[in-house]
Amino acid sequence: MATNTTDSKRSVGWMGLHRGHKARPMEWLAEKFIFLVSLSAILMVFLIFIFVLREALPVFLGQTDSTAAIKAVPVEKMDTMSDAELIEYLAVTPSEFKAMDKETIKILMEVRLESEKESPTDKDAGINTASWTYLLLPYQWTGYEKPEYIWQPISQIHKYNIIPLIIGSLKTTIVALLFAVPVSLGAAIYVSQMASPKLKEWLKPTIELLAGIPSVVMGFFALIVMATVFKAVFNYESRLNAFVAGIALGLAIIPVVFSIAEDALTSVPRSYTQAALALGSSRWQAAWQIVLPAALPGVFAAVVLGFGRAIGETMIVLLASGNASIVSWSFFDSTRTMTATIAAELAEAVFGGHHYRILFMLGTILFVVTFLSNLAGDLIIHKLKHKLEGKR
Amino acid sequence: MDTQTPMLKFTPPQEGKDFKARSFDFWSFFFSGLTGLATLLILAILAVILLNITIHGAPGLSWRFLTAGADKEMFNVDTAGVLPMIVGTSIRVILMTIFVIPIGVITAIYLTEYAHNTSIWTRIIRGAVNNLAGVPSIVFGLFGLGFFIAFVGTGIDENILKSPEPLWGKPAILWASMTLAVMTLPVVIVATEESLKAIPQGLREASLALGATKLETIMKIVLPQALPGILTGGILSVSRAAGEVAPILFTGAAYSMKDYPHALTDQFMDLGYHVFILCTQSPNIEQTRPILYATVLALLILTFALNIVAILVRAQMRRKMRLLGH
Repeated sequence: MATNTTDSKRSVGWMGLHRGHKARPMEWLAEKFIFLVSLSAILMVFLIFIFVLREALPVFLGQTDSTAAIKAVPVEKMDTMSDAELIEYLAVTPSEFKAMDKETIKILMEVRLESEKESPTDKDAGINTASWTYLLLPYQWTGYEKPEYIWQPISQIHKYNIIPLIIGSLKTTIVALLFAVPVSLGAAIYVSQMASPKLKEWLKPTIELLAGIPSVVMGFFALIVMATVFKAVFNYESRLNAFVAGIALGLAIIPVVFSIAEDALTSVPRSYTQAALALGSSRWQAAWQIVLPAALPGVFAAVVLGFGRAIGETMIVLLASGNASIVSWSFFDSTRTMTATIAAELAEAVFGGHHYRILFMLGTILFVVTFLSNLAGDLIIHKLKHKLEGKR
Repeated sequence: MDTQTPMLKFTPPQEGKDFKARSFDFWSFFFSGLTGLATLLILAILAVILLNITIHGAPGLSWRFLTAGADKEMFNVDTAGVLPMIVGTSIRVILMTIFVIPIGVITAIYLTEYAHNTSIWTRIIRGAVNNLAGVPSIVFGLFGLGFFIAFVGTGIDENILKSPEPLWGKPAILWASMTLAVMTLPVVIVATEESLKAIPQGLREASLALGATKLETIMKIVLPQALPGILTGGILSVSRAAGEVAPILFTGAAYSMKDYPHALTDQFMDLGYHVFILCTQSPNIEQTRPILYATVLALLILTFALNIVAILVRAQMRRKMRLLGH
């Protein structure tokens, strides 16, 4: 009996029913309900991945066909084709197909034959540009002198090489990190180590106010003000480029990098600093040689999470990067990122078409990259907190 | 003069000059100064952005501009207005809070009141919340299109309504709000959790000792105390969502509409999206600059005012908690 009572103290039991306890089915139900609702965050991350991937899957599996040339089937062969083949050939949805009678299908097939005569006939037209080879490797298109990486989805032959977009995303992100990391790390050291508690109470929320500026406003500011000022100062060619977009992007991630780095620096036990100061070090020496090394994983996590933010930011790069898909590593060339491409082109892409699916594939890549960087940052912070608390 | 090894050769500090010279280290001074400058730089940039927008935007932000209706010319400096955009943004944000607050608060209750800190579920839920906070906003837009519109909406149309015309399976204010609710879920969870943790454990124990059940303790003791924190979470999520454009690009925002949204399936005009339109679609960017600046200022006031309110509520809450001896 004695073991029984301790058991029932530990667990709630089925429907809140226990021997020797008041039956509390409502409590039990409430707890289970709360638990189920709290799983929604997990569910959402899952759903995002599944449903973005679902639209992109045909591209990943190489099942999309973006061949510009139309292969024609004579109208007489209609009876030998299965329904599924007809649906694919005529490019209609199954429900539309069901609503059609034989005559309509016949007319559609004749229309299809007509359009075949008008479709482009050069050698590129027969290529399925949505396959992996053409997505990733350079190709010498008709009229070009050497193999090149080209993203040109709205042309007669859809060119879907994603390399220029990946380079564009990396370029703006690198500029953003080069600008944001030193500045926010400096500010984090100042606020956590140098500033008086009273000043700190003011500085922290004020810097974090920067996060309250919507990204479309930051993009607007970069487009209207920063682009003009920078062009006058640095005197480069294209007004909108990776540099302007990168600096604006840096401003947007400063609050993220700052608050995580500041958290990590503050979580280093006060005794570390006090010991260093007692041994005769200056405040700066204590901060740089004692506190910073102890909090280094946290600072690294701040950079990783900042990277995730920067690569996924949309409105700033859409407005300020110039949106030209050129392969170039120069920071002063106009550039086009993955996020801006999705935002600018999805509205015009045919629902369910190859362009639409490739944009979703870009979304899947973004999701996976940010997921991994978030996970890494999260694990690093968790480990650091564990270590610092364990030593205390 | 060697400051590095005070332990080896102890010379007692002497009067005046000598003592000062030894405690002054140029590089320490230099680098501390640099960190101070970095802080100043951030503050200066923030000030420049806010001042620039306020100075250029304030003249255009008249009462007429804020209340002009939807039927006016969008790019005409004299007649354009932002009322339809303000209405659209407000409706989508209010709808969003209806979805996000209950789910966010219940999740936070689970994490602070029920879950064991070491259990595997707690770690996974926390990981998921952190991850959700880092998913790019454009991916939320894709998710809204792929899940809410293409899957849920089209599913309703085809299987329940069996209508040939898409009613739910197209961009709508409901889907935009739901997409934003998913996006701001972490904001609400984190803020609520913080306020729940700030409540002294003694209050809960006192309530349980008086015979209240766990659920009663949460409903009658814990939640009322945490209300300011929940409010802060709500305000922060609204402020974040009000300025977001990328998630609503394909899920409900309209370029231009003759009327206000009347049903959940209607599209809407949006303040942030309107800024984007004025930036990129204007026939003459120099001429439309006044309305562009005024629209930006209106959006900034909306999001910033909410942010500052949240900061004040939170500061008030922390002071109260300190008084309670926590």
